[in-house]
Amino acid sequence: MQTTNVTCVICPKGCNIEVDHENRDGKEVVLAVRNNKCPRGYKYASAEVVNPERVLTSTVRLEGGTYPRLSVKSEYPVPKTSLFDCMREIRTVSVTSPVKMGDIIIENVAGTGVNIVATHNG
Amino acid sequence: MKMNVNVAVIGGGPAGLAAALECRKNGIDNILVIERDKQLGGILNQCIHPGFGLHVFGEELTGPEYAQRYIDMLSDTDIKTLTDTMVLSLTPQKVIRAVNTSLGVVEIHSKAVILAMGCRERTRGMLRIPGTRPAGIYTAGTAQRLVNIEGLMPGKNTVILGSGDIGLIMARRMTLEGAKVSGVYEIMPKSGGLKRNIVQCLNDFGIPLHLSKTAVEIHGRERIEGITVAAVDENLSPIKGTEEYVECDTLLLSVGLIPENELSRGAGILIDPKTKGPVCESGFETSVPGIFACGNVYKVYDLVDNVTKDSVLAGRYAAEYIRSKSE
Amino acid sequence: MKNNQFDFAVIGAGVSGAWIAYELSKYTAKTCLIEKENDVAMGATKANSAIIHAGYDPVPGTLMAKLNIRGNELVRKLCKKMDIPFRQIGSLVIALTEEDEAKIRELYERGLQNGVDGLRILNKTETLSLEPNLSPEVRGALFAETAGVCSSFEMSCAPAEVAENNGVELIRNFKVENIRINGEYTVLVSSSGQTVSARTVINAAGVHADEIAKLFGDDSFIITPRKGEYSILDNNCGDLVHHVIFQPPVKFGKGILVSQTVDGNIIVGPTAENIDDKENKATTFEGQLTAFEGARRSVPSVSERDVITSFTGIRPIGGKGDFIIGFSDFNNRLFNVAGIESPGLTAGPAIGEYVVEKIAESGFEFVAKENFDNNRKVIRFKDLSDDEKNKIIAQNPLYGRVICRCETVTEGEIADSVTRGAGARDMDGVKRRVRAGMGRCQGGFCGPRVMEIIARELDIPMSEVTKFGGASRMTEKEMI
Repeated sequence: MQTTNVTCVICPKGCNIEVDHENRDGKEVVLAVRNNKCPRGYKYASAEVVNPERVLTSTVRLEGGTYPRLSVKSEYPVPKTSLFDCMREIRTVSVTSPVKMGDIIIENVAGTGVNIVATHNG
Repeated sequence: MKMNVNVAVIGGGPAGLAAALECRKNGIDNILVIERDKQLGGILNQCIHPGFGLHVFGEELTGPEYAQRYIDMLSDTDIKTLTDTMVLSLTPQKVIRAVNTSLGVVEIHSKAVILAMGCRERTRGMLRIPGTRPAGIYTAGTAQRLVNIEGLMPGKNTVILGSGDIGLIMARRMTLEGAKVSGVYEIMPKSGGLKRNIVQCLNDFGIPLHLSKTAVEIHGRERIEGITVAAVDENLSPIKGTEEYVECDTLLLSVGLIPENELSRGAGILIDPKTKGPVCESGFETSVPGIFACGNVYKVYDLVDNVTKDSVLAGRYAAEYIRSKSE
Repeated sequence: MKNNQFDFAVIGAGVSGAWIAYELSKYTAKTCLIEKENDVAMGATKANSAIIHAGYDPVPGTLMAKLNIRGNELVRKLCKKMDIPFRQIGSLVIALTEEDEAKIRELYERGLQNGVDGLRILNKTETLSLEPNLSPEVRGALFAETAGVCSSFEMSCAPAEVAENNGVELIRNFKVENIRINGEYTVLVSSSGQTVSARTVINAAGVHADEIAKLFGDDSFIITPRKGEYSILDNNCGDLVHHVIFQPPVKFGKGILVSQTVDGNIIVGPTAENIDDKENKATTFEGQLTAFEGARRSVPSVSERDVITSFTGIRPIGGKGDFIIGFSDFNNRLFNVAGIESPGLTAGPAIGEYVVEKIAESGFEFVAKENFDNNRKVIRFKDLSDDEKNKIIAQNPLYGRVICRCETVTEGEIADSVTRGAGARDMDGVKRRVRAGMGRCQGGFCGPRVMEIIARELDIPMSEVTKFGGASRMTEKEMI
């Protein structure tokens, strides 16, 4: 068994959560979670040990808008290891105004199963 | 041109929008929000990262999304807005002079005024870092605007001075866009940024945070080529002999924010020399009756959710003020 | 370059070069103004105290004295005509010791000999009633009514603009590296191999004037760069002093001053240090310390905490105790205008006059142009009445969009600064001409928008905008 200290990033409190885990057949399995102050922290800390994920935010080129860039995000967290793959794909995209907040800009970005959506009207 | 309004809100960022909406909710009509940018939302529009709204909306939003919620709420009301409009002056009698391209100079007479102009970043000039004055030195917020709004990268090899949140956020943003961020140097023994930003923005990408170190010289004639950093003692003075040269083509400064109270000063409002925000005895009312202040113009906040909460109160007090005057 | 043969090539578009070009543009002779940087006013002109001196300092009988007095007179006249910001706020040389008192009496006598009007010795009470924030140690002062403060940038932008509008060709980014003789023409060769030919070359190359002279075989003088560090304080402190406050002159110049700037900020400086590197414009901890310690002797409440920016200027010291102006003794194709240290800014317009006078004396026949026009009008939105503001916004809506919020500068003014004669080509050029980015946020807010306007007006991508030409690019070339 191994214990990992995870600083929770879900909210600004930044709790120091302890996670006991062990490797079973090549997969990390969570045994116990301590010092979390909310269920979101529990979930985050567990995932951080098993498969860390992040919401990715960036921009894409916008034609015909007030500004040349449109802000976007991954609709759900994507694996931390795929952040740069996602960025590579995002960088190739250009959209044309009008775009509404929530519109899907890229489906299944970098094969993660997660969509990239607009976070702004443009 | 002349206008008469009940409440004039100066600034259409999160503070101004929340205060205006709350005023309206409390039964005040004829409210005007004046915004200098082409769009409402203020600095949130360039804060494209997540982490906003957990307290107010119970979910994690990006800056533009958080702003859009308020913009949408506002458009469901009869609150008037003037965007692309700059306020030139404010008098203690609550007369605002503003200007834009279509109306020219507008004189706005208001029963109450809510100041929500936000803050500005401390600059290299204020830090008085010796050395040359090349291109490539930006405050983190300016770099954020260049990257996120204009789509321009300030440079490829970045050093960040100061560990304020915008600097940390930009460390990640620049890294994701393919730049190298070789380190963050913080003069204090601990970071001024939120813990989660240290984890998500630095640790995630292996960017070192150097505490108790600061820049003592800037090098490079045309474009910045490097900085000399040095460790500092307990009085924050550089320690001789600890100097190191760090190569970079970009230096971002994230060394603090200052409430922007030039208009307030012009109106004779007392400014607290410590917070640099208006002195407010109670209810976010400044030393000039009927002029209220909220958001970063009042004091520098860590979290937009708290800006919203306080601005709602400011809006409510402004509404009370108007009701008490009309009774 | 349209046709690269000229009667006169002026090397260096600082305050001297610009006023010489201005003066030459009154005549039909063909003139070019050559500058190694991307803009005018990039050397000593852009980084100095911006004081218009009354003229009690120079030794009587020197060219410095003569051109200071004449320059002061011309500045007061031409600044109005050419819309150059200038305020005749008067200066005080304060005496803090008995020795100082003797010195200011000496300056007073010198001033009278030089023909300076409006000089008065003030006693302690009079001095403190004019400037209550002065050190209580003050014993009296020499008051000079005709001294003032100006925009040192516009003191060269304006004449360069008028010169260009009247037919002088401004050639930027041309660093003279070599010369060749081609009959009656001297061919100036730039570092990138471009050429310009002129019958007479006027060397107004500031700290580099000795290098230019050497190309012509003239090694009669050496320019020593003298570094001076300054700080600018927030305009919230503008009421600290209302006049230019000097201490009595020291060996290395006029000492450390505290003054209002023409824009209502406070300037503190300069230090004075002879250096080897002519381009070393770095500020230092020690320099800033010296400047503030010196300044606090005059005005004890001056504080580093109010600094919005610091800079270093390099003054060209000629070592002869006077300006070096005249045809070279070594080569009659060369006319030197060198060692233009303080009061060079004040003397600028008079230097222009004097140079043309000397060249005419040598036999060159100047023919006056009929249509010379030195009227110049700059729209400064901030200073206009509401009615005037509305009028110009109706003409051009861009005057209704404030870009620089600290200094209230509109998009229209920024666009003008690029499109007008001898206009801005980069961020610093805009800043110097219209003050966008000069205020307390130092371009934090308006920087990206100024980049956008420059790019639009010059029809270049935003990513090609520079801070001050050359490799001083603002961003990466490629968009994200």
